[in-house]
Amino acid sequence: MADVQIMNGNQLIAEAALLAGCRFYAGYPITPSSEIPELLARRMPEVGGIFMQLEDEIASIVAAAAASYAGYKSMTASSGPGISLKQEGLGMACMMELPLVIVDVMRGGPSTGLPTRASQSDYMQARWGTHGDHMIIAVAPGTLLECYTETIRAFNMAERYRTPVLILSDATLAHLSSGVTLPPPDTLEIVDRRQPAVEPENYRPYEISATNPVPPLPNRENFPRYRFHMTGLNKDATGFPTENATTVLADENRMINKIMDASADIESFEHYQLEDAQVAVIAYGSNANAARVAIKEARAQGLKVGMFRPITVWPFPFQQVMELGRKFKHIIVSEMNLGQMIHEVQRALQGRSELHSVLQAAGTPIRPQQILQKIREVSA
Amino acid sequence: MAFRCELRFAGVGGQGNILAGAIIAETAIIYEHRFATQVPTYTSQVRGGPTKADVIISDQSIEFPEATHLDFMLALDQRTYDMYKGDLKNHAVVLVDDNLVRVSAQERETWDIYGFPMIRTAKYDVGNVLTANILAVGMTVELTKVVDKEHVRKILHTRIRPALLEVNMKAFDLGLRAARSLQLQKVQQHAGTTTLLGHLVPAQDSSFVRDSAPPR
Repeated sequence: MADVQIMNGNQLIAEAALLAGCRFYAGYPITPSSEIPELLARRMPEVGGIFMQLEDEIASIVAAAAASYAGYKSMTASSGPGISLKQEGLGMACMMELPLVIVDVMRGGPSTGLPTRASQSDYMQARWGTHGDHMIIAVAPGTLLECYTETIRAFNMAERYRTPVLILSDATLAHLSSGVTLPPPDTLEIVDRRQPAVEPENYRPYEISATNPVPPLPNRENFPRYRFHMTGLNKDATGFPTENATTVLADENRMINKIMDASADIESFEHYQLEDAQVAVIAYGSNANAARVAIKEARAQGLKVGMFRPITVWPFPFQQVMELGRKFKHIIVSEMNLGQMIHEVQRALQGRSELHSVLQAAGTPIRPQQILQKIREVSA
Repeated sequence: MAFRCELRFAGVGGQGNILAGAIIAETAIIYEHRFATQVPTYTSQVRGGPTKADVIISDQSIEFPEATHLDFMLALDQRTYDMYKGDLKNHAVVLVDDNLVRVSAQERETWDIYGFPMIRTAKYDVGNVLTANILAVGMTVELTKVVDKEHVRKILHTRIRPALLEVNMKAFDLGLRAARSLQLQKVQQHAGTTTLLGHLVPAQDSSFVRDSAPPR
């Protein structure tokens, strides 16, 4: 373990962002996400990037979106109540189709809630927090290593699909310190936004090709030569507002479909001991670790249980869960909230399986024993 | 048999419990090549709220980092002790600051309890109350043997600012000696050979709390 480093989840997200090419961070500190700006305030200038602490969460997401407009790979981070404030800027970035990574280190709520405690209660906020029809990508790392690798993947997807991507972490993962062996940088794929093939005077920021629904966007080097307009209003290919119904409808559909049609690339999940299982647990994020311990214990007691763990949590892995419904009579959903992903699971199962839950929003992590108890009840 | 040890460092915010846990976990990872996790929980109060750091050390990878079957707990505060003692296994080693934490007779039956005035000793005998957590680390290492004390010394060199290193090393050494004395005292009590021991410090070795010379 020569190259082992001791880091916590927040520090790993921050270091991964730098490796992914993030050179602009704007934020307003909030527990349990504050180690991210703490580390980036020091590291960003070392790599020639820009770190800004602004007056609030709204200003910081708008600054991060603006930096992305100017060609920077850009990030902001916050937690539940701060993400509530950022929703306006998130919607703007969706409409402008700006690559942007938003870290949400989830804590209890609503409102200021439980500032230092673990939670997964922003699952629905990540999807539907901002208004209007839109699609979002959200990933939920489950381990320290995934805090690193999923952050890189988040930047790659943001760049490839010109879209905001959320990283849903939580207080347990954020503050968990352990030894981590990071993958060598040259083994990691880094994606940069596709560059315009046309001269600046012919560039239109939302003009798509027949084969790619994602329009190119100038990077830092090209941005000074390319002058273009962006707006939160519905737009046409030029980037200027339009209310033409046909154009608006086509654009709204394209923005959703550019993500939905790429699900093979975006989707990520883990099947854990599902092969011979008779009961399936669905869990994500740090809570999946409690489920994994419970499953090991259950198997030691002769109960055949497995887990489906979504890593990309939005778009919801509808097909995958639908297939679980065909195979399993009993499905247990566990999450650190009073029931959010379970609604999506229920929709995908279409009544095929009997649905059970281990839900908790008390600020304390769900313990393996609680999930084990449910497994025993269901298996009996 | 796989090695696994769960430890909890509990107290109030500002006492350095999280750092104490981090030092033990880092020692295990860096110098003993074991798997270790450290996960702190604290309240939104900057100082004075119940705080704990859970440390798990194992020779297998650790999936769930919250301790649920504690082998050891340090408690520097009564409320935190009461709040977090529920996860202790029978016969677990418990180290409390006995000026601040009262334990019941029944708890003494259930757990292997050691009391020592860590905060007072850090303040008056080490000379810096902020070293109480490092004194506690010394006692933890001696009582549990979960990591090698020489490895801890190396971590202290990397973790503590040079200006404060000497005083913290003094606290660490004093912690090691205090724990050895308490263990000796227990052995003697069980053997029925001693009576009228002083305040948790055996008369034979009571000099250490006033002795600033390096141990041994």
